[in-house]
Amino acid sequence: MTVDLECLNLTKRFGSMTAVDNVSFDVPRGSFFSILGPSGCGKTTIMRMIAGFLSPSSGDIQIRGRSIVDTPPNKRPVNMVFQHLALFPMMNVADNIGYGLRRAGMAKSEIARQVDAALERIGLAGIGRRKIDELSGGQKQRVAIARCMVLEPDVLLLDEPLGALDLKLREHMKVELKSLQAAFDTTFVYITHDQSEALVMSDRIAVMNHGRFEQVGAGRDLYYRPGTAFVAAFVGDTNRWSGRIERVAGAQLELRTDSGLLMRGAAHGRPLAAGDRADVFVRPEAIRIARTADDLAHFDNRIAGRVTSTLFNGAASRILVQDRAGNEEIEVNLPQSGEFAALTRGSEIHIGWSGDQGNCFAAPGS
Amino acid sequence: MRTQARLGLFLLLTPLVLWLSLLIFIPHVDMFLVSLRERVGVGEYRLSLANYLTFINEPLYLRTFLRTAVMSVIATVITLMIAFPVSYYIAKIARGRTRSALFLLCLVPFWVSELVRTFGWMILLRETGLISNLLQFVGLTDAPVEMLYNDAAIMVGLVYTSMLFMVVPLVTTLESLPDEVIEAGYDLGGSGVAVMREIVIPHAMPGIVSGSIIVFMLSLGNYLTPTMLGGKDSLWFTELIYSQFIVRFNWELGAAFGFLLLGLSSAIVWGMLKLTGQSLEKSMG
Amino acid sequence: MIPSIPRPRLLDIAYTGYVVLFFVFLALPLVVVAVFAFNDSQFPSLPWEGFTWNWFFGAERPMIGVFHERPILRAIGTSAFVAVFVSILSVGVGLSNAFLFNRYRFPGQGLLYVLMLLPLVIPGIVLGISILVFSSRLANGAWEMAEWDIAALRPGLVLVILGQFSFIATIATLVIGARLQKFDRSLEEAALNLGAGRLTAVRTVTLPYLMPAMIGAFVVAFLMSFENFNTTLMLVGSDAPLTIAMFDRLKEGSTPLLNAVSLLLMIGSSCLALVMIAFQRRP
Repeated sequence: MTVDLECLNLTKRFGSMTAVDNVSFDVPRGSFFSILGPSGCGKTTIMRMIAGFLSPSSGDIQIRGRSIVDTPPNKRPVNMVFQHLALFPMMNVADNIGYGLRRAGMAKSEIARQVDAALERIGLAGIGRRKIDELSGGQKQRVAIARCMVLEPDVLLLDEPLGALDLKLREHMKVELKSLQAAFDTTFVYITHDQSEALVMSDRIAVMNHGRFEQVGAGRDLYYRPGTAFVAAFVGDTNRWSGRIERVAGAQLELRTDSGLLMRGAAHGRPLAAGDRADVFVRPEAIRIARTADDLAHFDNRIAGRVTSTLFNGAASRILVQDRAGNEEIEVNLPQSGEFAALTRGSEIHIGWSGDQGNCFAAPGS
Repeated sequence: MRTQARLGLFLLLTPLVLWLSLLIFIPHVDMFLVSLRERVGVGEYRLSLANYLTFINEPLYLRTFLRTAVMSVIATVITLMIAFPVSYYIAKIARGRTRSALFLLCLVPFWVSELVRTFGWMILLRETGLISNLLQFVGLTDAPVEMLYNDAAIMVGLVYTSMLFMVVPLVTTLESLPDEVIEAGYDLGGSGVAVMREIVIPHAMPGIVSGSIIVFMLSLGNYLTPTMLGGKDSLWFTELIYSQFIVRFNWELGAAFGFLLLGLSSAIVWGMLKLTGQSLEKSMG
Repeated sequence: MIPSIPRPRLLDIAYTGYVVLFFVFLALPLVVVAVFAFNDSQFPSLPWEGFTWNWFFGAERPMIGVFHERPILRAIGTSAFVAVFVSILSVGVGLSNAFLFNRYRFPGQGLLYVLMLLPLVIPGIVLGISILVFSSRLANGAWEMAEWDIAALRPGLVLVILGQFSFIATIATLVIGARLQKFDRSLEEAALNLGAGRLTAVRTVTLPYLMPAMIGAFVVAFLMSFENFNTTLMLVGSDAPLTIAMFDRLKEGSTPLLNAVSLLLMIGSSCLALVMIAFQRRP
């Protein structure tokens, strides 16, 4: 497996603020790599360092084994799809796509041929003479990608390009971007704060927070086996409680939440001991609902409670359940079977989940 | 409701129509009519092109007219050349407070009367002036140098006086160009020159056009600067108009001159708009 | 060439140097005018004879200061008088125009808008002579037909005011129109919905919103009128506004008195500009 992009101990400081803190990663050729994190986490800084618009305070960036830190942005074998696409409004579609080829000094006829081929490839053949503001959001997106792809970059950087689109189109473009990447067979580095974009498209995802990578892995790993509390909270929806660990038995442990509810959870190899303060995360879809306690006998966490509200949202419908003592409100997914569709506010219900699904992490600062 | 709307429209239309017709349209038509009169006796006139013929046949008039036009074009080009890098610096390189401070600094001199600005240049450029003294002090010359009363002095004055009207539209249009677009230009392999030529300048075109129109217009119609800074040989067309009206009382010829100046400025403004595909509404509004 | 694009240090320094030089160029004439207002000499030029306040407060020859020079004080008064009238007229008409072009659609609107912009591209001196010619012909006509002498139509302050108004009104229209363009019509609809009549809605919601632009337009109009030269030159009668009075003196030769007047003008304009900026800062 050859590596297209490699960042080594990359650090960027702005004054006393460290935006990117000693980050290392590599991206194999032809793969789709995402950096996922909240705004201000430093992901844009990484991307701008790779593109050449910022220079790292220390560390190295290598493309196919060659350092590019001292290469100016217009000479790097890297192209970028900007957040607001940055299509040139003073040029038509064909001139936009041909811009980089003209810079490379290609013959006019060859440029025209390549532009036509690129337009065909993105399914927009024949619109070369259109102005940029005559295109729809999705068309602009594709033109922005084609504009980079004609230059056959080693790495294509994408800076939250779907952010400006409306929901329907964004869903559609996720699928389309993934297939464009497969079609062009180029390495994509994609940054976003939208976990669904990252999960759907990426081969590997780095979750970033406060200038560091929290965890790097496939979407499935991040979702089911989060390595840190931040990843558990940031990727996917989850219930979260803080409490103190009362007992540890192998991988299993017992934790009492601050409101007094006793739960079983799992440390998944993290060093936790009785008496430690910890946070436990349980996904709403990991929790089962039943009419009687007996139906949940095989779960080691069982709570009887009352429905405090129903949140209908099609396939992602949920209910909020309050335990008898009234200590906690728990978010629970409704099964798709429609079995519990008749639940209303005030219904008595039993819920339960396996202790293995309760990811426990040492509480911050402990 | 409909009659009320009509009444409102009528009320709002009245001042506009009165203003444009009584102060702009009719006076200009009238001036044109006066320019077509030829005095044949005391209080007796006839329709003729005599005034325009005088203009064509008198070399001084024609030469002054052309000189004024050419010098105004040169002043416009120089102003653009000086203002563009500064505007670019303010709009794209300076950040935050520095940017607004620099922009404000650009405006300050123009809150002051043109007369004061011209006076300042007179103090600087004249024989006993600051620059002459400075040159003597440095030792570049041993006698006072007169830098006033020539075409170069006029040019300095015109460029200085018009600077604001070039900087403001340029900064405004350049500011509206997202940094992202410039970065994209580099990212796709463009050099500094290519990005300037293909992205920045096309984007700034509306600003360049409106700035140039205003500067050209102001230079062409300037009276103060050529009068105060220019010498005996650097006559400006507005000075001819003034002397026909106020000194010689030949209003017919003066009106013809005025109309020619208006024609020239309109022609160049129109030509510039056509050439660059801009419209007056977009450039001025 | 924006901060995020790496570029050679030397180029950077040269560019910054150029910008600094530009600002020196901008400031130089004004600084020189201001400094020589304090020269204890009959001429606003080197050599420097020492510092004095006499060109402001001096009361006896040969150094009569601004505050004792009656013709200059009268000219300042005349200029202020003209400027106030021009500003009131311009803001009034500008407000009316802004509403007309923003709220109504009627045939010929586009053409009228272009016509409205034209005064900006007519040389000031041509505006002046066209109004001079027209008004004089009207006055002569009135005299010949009815022996009726209309003094207002002869060169004088009325014509100066009308001449300046003829192009400053365009600027006021643009300034006020730009803000009205940004006004959210639904605010007015909310007022109507809450029981206001149409005019009340405009008076209580729209006009307060436009107030910064109206003040801005007033100040700009005032300053433009105060410093106008070309149009005024052609229409002026016996009462000379300040710029004309200074021009006449400058032709005869300058004393630091003119520097003192200029410095006061600079201070006055800067104060007005600051007032305007303060008002524009409001949301």
